[in-house]
Amino acid sequence: MTTEIKERIPSPIGESKPRLENDQKVTGAAIFADDIQFGNSLLYARIMHSPHPHALIKSIDTSKAEALPGVKAVVTGADFPGYLGLYLQDRHIFCRDRVRYVGDPVLGVAATSEEIAVKALDLIDVEYEVLEPVLNAEEGAKPDAPLIHPDLGNYKVANFIFPQPGTNISNHFKLRKGDVDGAWEKCSTIVERKFWVPHIQHVPIEPHTAIAQWDETGEITLWASSQSPFAQRNLLAQALGVSQSSVRVIAPKIGGGFGCKAGISMEALVVAIASKTNGRPVKLLLTREEEFHTAFVRQELIAYYKMGCDENGKILAMENTYYWGGGASTEYGVNVTRAAGYSCTGPYEVPNVKADSLCVYTNHPVGGAYRGFGMPEMHTGLEQCVDELAYKAGIDPVDIRSINCVKEGCETVTGFKMHPTGLSQCIEETAKAIQWGQKSPASAPNKRRGKGTAIMWKAPAMPPNAGSSAWVELAEDGTVNVGLGGQDLGQGAFTVMAQMAAAALGVPYESVRISSPVDTRYSPYEWQTVASRLTWSMGNAVVAAATDARRQVLDLVSEAWDEDPEDLDIRDGIVVSYKSEQEQPIKDIVVYGLPKPDDQGWLGGPIIGRGKFMPSYVTGLDAETGQGTRSVVHYTTGSQSVEVEVDLDTGCVEVLRGVSAFDVGRAINPALVEAQIEGGFVQGMSSALFEEMIMVDGFMQNPSFVDYRIATTTDAPSDLQSIIVEVPQDDGPWGARGIGEHPMVPTVAAIANAIYDAVGIRMMSPPFSAEKVYLAMLEAGIVE
Amino acid sequence: MTKLFKLSLTVNGNPYERQIEPRLLLSDFLRHELGMTGTHVGCEHGVCGACTVLLNGDPVRSCLMFAVQAHGHEVLTVEGLGTIDDLHPIQQAFWEAHGLQCGFCTPGFLTTLVPFLEENPDPSEEEIRVAISGNLCRCTGYQHIVEAVQLAAEKMRA
Ligand code: FES
Ligand code: FES
Repeated sequence: MTTEIKERIPSPIGESKPRLENDQKVTGAAIFADDIQFGNSLLYARIMHSPHPHALIKSIDTSKAEALPGVKAVVTGADFPGYLGLYLQDRHIFCRDRVRYVGDPVLGVAATSEEIAVKALDLIDVEYEVLEPVLNAEEGAKPDAPLIHPDLGNYKVANFIFPQPGTNISNHFKLRKGDVDGAWEKCSTIVERKFWVPHIQHVPIEPHTAIAQWDETGEITLWASSQSPFAQRNLLAQALGVSQSSVRVIAPKIGGGFGCKAGISMEALVVAIASKTNGRPVKLLLTREEEFHTAFVRQELIAYYKMGCDENGKILAMENTYYWGGGASTEYGVNVTRAAGYSCTGPYEVPNVKADSLCVYTNHPVGGAYRGFGMPEMHTGLEQCVDELAYKAGIDPVDIRSINCVKEGCETVTGFKMHPTGLSQCIEETAKAIQWGQKSPASAPNKRRGKGTAIMWKAPAMPPNAGSSAWVELAEDGTVNVGLGGQDLGQGAFTVMAQMAAAALGVPYESVRISSPVDTRYSPYEWQTVASRLTWSMGNAVVAAATDARRQVLDLVSEAWDEDPEDLDIRDGIVVSYKSEQEQPIKDIVVYGLPKPDDQGWLGGPIIGRGKFMPSYVTGLDAETGQGTRSVVHYTTGSQSVEVEVDLDTGCVEVLRGVSAFDVGRAINPALVEAQIEGGFVQGMSSALFEEMIMVDGFMQNPSFVDYRIATTTDAPSDLQSIIVEVPQDDGPWGARGIGEHPMVPTVAAIANAIYDAVGIRMMSPPFSAEKVYLAMLEAGIVE
Repeated sequence: MTKLFKLSLTVNGNPYERQIEPRLLLSDFLRHELGMTGTHVGCEHGVCGACTVLLNGDPVRSCLMFAVQAHGHEVLTVEGLGTIDDLHPIQQAFWEAHGLQCGFCTPGFLTTLVPFLEENPDPSEEEIRVAISGNLCRCTGYQHIVEAVQLAAEKMRA
């Protein structure tokens, strides 16, 4: 990086400042939702879940439960006819006529203790008429499959989602570009493969927690472990038929989200229950078992890829079909399938493309947002096919990626001109760091080593007009208070916002506070903490607010000192004049103002800066071709290379090293960027080796930490390297774009490619458990 | 009505006496009876380690124990390790070395590490990884946690 650019970057941008709020987190003082004290009036909710994957509800008898002492409310779907849904309003708060998966919330009770609430559930009789379930997305897409949502045609839907009433397909994204059929004959090498990526769960260590209260005036307050206080306010208002302003959502600290605490899931249940408790607050805390079905899960994906290249390794065509198992409701998931549609080629320039991304209802738990929003699933197969194409065409797998990857100015799959991107550099960096092409000796004679690479792209997937807002207020001690509506999930959003506010205003980082917890009554609007959009979108709003406050301070001082604002600056919290060399700390100015130059009265007053950001340039895409001027705001790109060792006797795969390079535009806080890359890598690795919601006939077989294993310290490689590439984004704060989700996108494919390099087998379906790998080696004749 | 049990124990050096239900979990007792919400509950089945506290100096999963089992014993929770003005070196190291993100798992890591670092003042990376392999963290990928432990060991040796 040139020093010239560096000089324009003010402190503390680019500095690894310590996280805000860690003092509270290491002492146990941090308040998470379940830590809030409500006293003796608090009631406890429990939920009755459907025992069937698909059935009609014939009758519900709650009379015995209602008579049980200590029971304060029993709430069923009959009480709440409204629909919930972010992009497609396809679900009720509680089931009404039909249950659609094992775990579907049928009714809820509130009682003075959890024990009584559980006892009450035992006293309730529900009669069902069992229906044939849909257990697989590809089967579910067939015209003769049992219908899960016969009313699909009547649901309200966003104008960029295309449901097919009379089928289980709730969105069909079509992409048609160039001439695929004509392109195959020009290809010297063609690869065709099918992959299956199972459902997994987010597994935040803090289970979902929500407390709701309706007061006598009809005001609703919800305290929730939430990524999306404003979206929850909006969705609740919609479903309950009340105004947004009568819903207040307060979001305390959150113990991990990864997408499952975005949108709304169990929070609506407890709000509904609280409508019947005469103003008493009600708490719902999911058990770890419920966490696997009452909150969102990641959709499953059945994917078909066909791709071909010429003898120089140039990819000429792709034909991809994605069947997404969206689960019982696809209110959020339809947009995952759209994102997979407009990004369907992965980060490659491909002239001829045909792709269909189908969102299909199944009788499985509800799919929602999960770190990567469809990209890890889609890249799992895609990046293995590119690898295979390289081997078959006799081209190095790293070279084929460098040849074909998107570069500035190229036309992406939707016709959008690619912005500046450091993907080529990321590929080079990871190849160099992993010593690509050099095989290292295995640690034992019965082991084989291999290296693999995969690359990725991902754009924030959101409505075109998702907005952010912020305010910046200055106190008489010089403290800067930043109001914002996004959440710090642990990714460090508050720290990064404080750095941006400090830089834009010209004050020390240590003097900036974030106004938290986010409370929709007092905090400025933010769409949701998802899509890796905060650093960029909320960052722009915070910078705008801080710049506005700065302008107010400088205008005031210029008038009071009778100087040109151009000669004034704020440095380290002090207003300085480069001309008169006067100085005054802003703390003396920002609340009480300044005397007029002639001493006849006062100027100024309390300073509050305000700022907002909303992208205005995203266009719609053609429903038949997926083509348009600008499909997304931007793409973050990156590359990962790994080294693995496979045990021939057991099939056990050990990840020895992981090298990642991502183009983040500008690292506002490099240590936090590295933390995202490391955490994402291990979450991706965990999904590659261990994680699967094992579903048999619609029933999950492993809903506990004993049977659903996630990576521990001894699984994670001790050699993780994070390389930060910075090719600035034109509309990002100091060029920054997001990095939260991206690090787990290429990981499964990189590991699979390394397994291939080690032992010559292609794994079509994660997790690559020891058993599966061993059986694959056995089948391939690699072991006997 | 279940017969209540008169529990007396020491938590973070302070004696407490409470009438409790015999089946009350130690984690719930600490969080709800004593209002010490620094001990977190992630699974309630003994796997995640978030609820780890020290019982007479040894790490235990407070979600797997009844409070009555702590009768007459000494419990140490994260609140007893140090305060914001006077942090334990392990707390200090986790803060400085980015040993956490959301922080929900952190109290369990810290309590697990206190006896470990007291007994192993100069642990290898491998030993550190094994010592905390029973604590789940979904955010960090563990690398910065391991580095924080190395820093903590250094601080404690000094
Ligand atoms: S809550 Fe005790 S081990 Fe998870
Ligand atoms: S920091 Fe979030 S679970 Fe460990």
